[in-house]
Amino acid sequence: MRLYAAVAVSGFKRYATYRVATVAGVFTNTVFGFILAYTYTALWDERPHLGGYDLDQALTFVWLGQALLAAVALMGGGFQEELQDRIRSGDIAVDLYRPVDLQSWWLATELGRALFQLLGRGVVPMGIGALVFELRLPASPLTWLWFLLSVVLAVCVGFAVRYLVSLASFWLLDGTGLSMLSGLLCLFFSGMILPLNVFPGQLGEIARALPWAAMLQVPADVFLEERRGAGLLGAFAFQAGWMVVLLAAGRVLQSVATRKVVVQGG
Amino acid sequence: MAESAVSTGLRAYVLIVGMWVRSTMAYRTSFLIMTLGNLLATGLDFVAIALMFTHIGQLGGFTLDEVAFLYGTTSVAFGLADLVLGTMGRLGQRVRDGTMDTLLVRPVPILAQVAADRFALRRLGRIIQGAVLLGWSLSRLDIDWTLDRVLLMPVMLLSGGAIFGALFVLGGAFQFWAKDASEVQNAFTFGGTTLLEYPPTVFGKELLRGVTFVIPLAFVNWLPALHILGRPDPLGLPARIGFAAPLVACGCCAVAGLAWRAGLRAYQSTGS
Repeated sequence: MRLYAAVAVSGFKRYATYRVATVAGVFTNTVFGFILAYTYTALWDERPHLGGYDLDQALTFVWLGQALLAAVALMGGGFQEELQDRIRSGDIAVDLYRPVDLQSWWLATELGRALFQLLGRGVVPMGIGALVFELRLPASPLTWLWFLLSVVLAVCVGFAVRYLVSLASFWLLDGTGLSMLSGLLCLFFSGMILPLNVFPGQLGEIARALPWAAMLQVPADVFLEERRGAGLLGAFAFQAGWMVVLLAAGRVLQSVATRKVVVQGG
Repeated sequence: MAESAVSTGLRAYVLIVGMWVRSTMAYRTSFLIMTLGNLLATGLDFVAIALMFTHIGQLGGFTLDEVAFLYGTTSVAFGLADLVLGTMGRLGQRVRDGTMDTLLVRPVPILAQVAADRFALRRLGRIIQGAVLLGWSLSRLDIDWTLDRVLLMPVMLLSGGAIFGALFVLGGAFQFWAKDASEVQNAFTFGGTTLLEYPPTVFGKELLRGVTFVIPLAFVNWLPALHILGRPDPLGLPARIGFAAPLVACGCCAVAGLAWRAGLRAYQSTGS
């Protein structure tokens, strides 16, 4: 356990080194936040209470999305490219020799990275959004706590999905196409492009049941206090359920993959 | 002298691009998949807009057909710039890992080398997607095709491409100083095209003034498109202001060229 804590700390430190990149990212998140906030204002002007949100909630959703974009890696990234590279180059063989569990190792680095990006790239855009627009911040301090728990689960679900995608490199070798597809699905079905409760009819119901919903829509609903009491428990059960299923699938795929590893070269 | 520098630059650009295209075509299936993926990826924003329009009839007073027109025009303009200069975003990485030095010792204009580096033909996907949407919107819109409106169409797309291209070069030049800050560029390029997908009436007056007079993104499609669609400008600018787009584009390219020279002069090798 202490080992994984150390790995997580080094993941945090590693991303904390890129200070200029962090500032640049904050700037870009803020610009996109403004653009989306204006378009959502126009949309909610036409249809107040669309998807059960009022305008303040919709704007809060926009800024939550920008704040969580890097932390939950909604556009892909994080450990994914690195793991794929290690699989392609064969360095993964060295990792498999190590007396640590491969999945837990990468999950630990990912948690460290996510914590840094939540602080480094999440807080400032959210703060600017709250200064300029009227956002719906949680009334109860407990909600903040539930929100953080929900974000942790979101990061784990996001990790589990991208771990599966990365492992596909064992068979595909070049995982670029699949990564791109996975990033697209994530952007669309997490609610990043449009909140899932605005999706019409059947499409909305399907979208809200998929694992990507656990990555932005659910944490946002927890933050907006749309999920309370039994609904809150349901939200956590939904996230934890997908996390367990996907992490388990990752383990199965990992054991199948490592059985077929042939280490090339000298 | 100046002319010959431009022509050698272009020649080198075409040669390097040709090399990358040949290498891409070695894996034809992969290329087709990636182009299709690019097409779908860049169309995703429009799917979101179409979903919005399942709830509403108008956004900022614009119908879906009109928004599709705006979306298509900015996609084609941005797609052109992205195809020709899209790899400028990697410049910061070259500065960091020291491979920039390799480019400096070759007897070829640096801008041509950087722009053609890893040329990605799959970026045609965005242009195709934009053109399809533009065609779809044109087939549904009832536009009063006077001669000046017909002329304005190609002028708008090419000038828009040039304005975005200038932004790519400016962003590249900026990376000589701020090596890790390639994401700032995304705010103006990708952020810019996202902005222009929506009607100008959606945004605040301050923002509109900013993208008209400071970073002239409004000339990419908003101002010419408003004239073609026969709509007044929310800032009250004259209807034919869209015809200034080529001039604005030239101005942007000149600024970008100066910034590029300054950036190149300020370049310091990491020495690795």
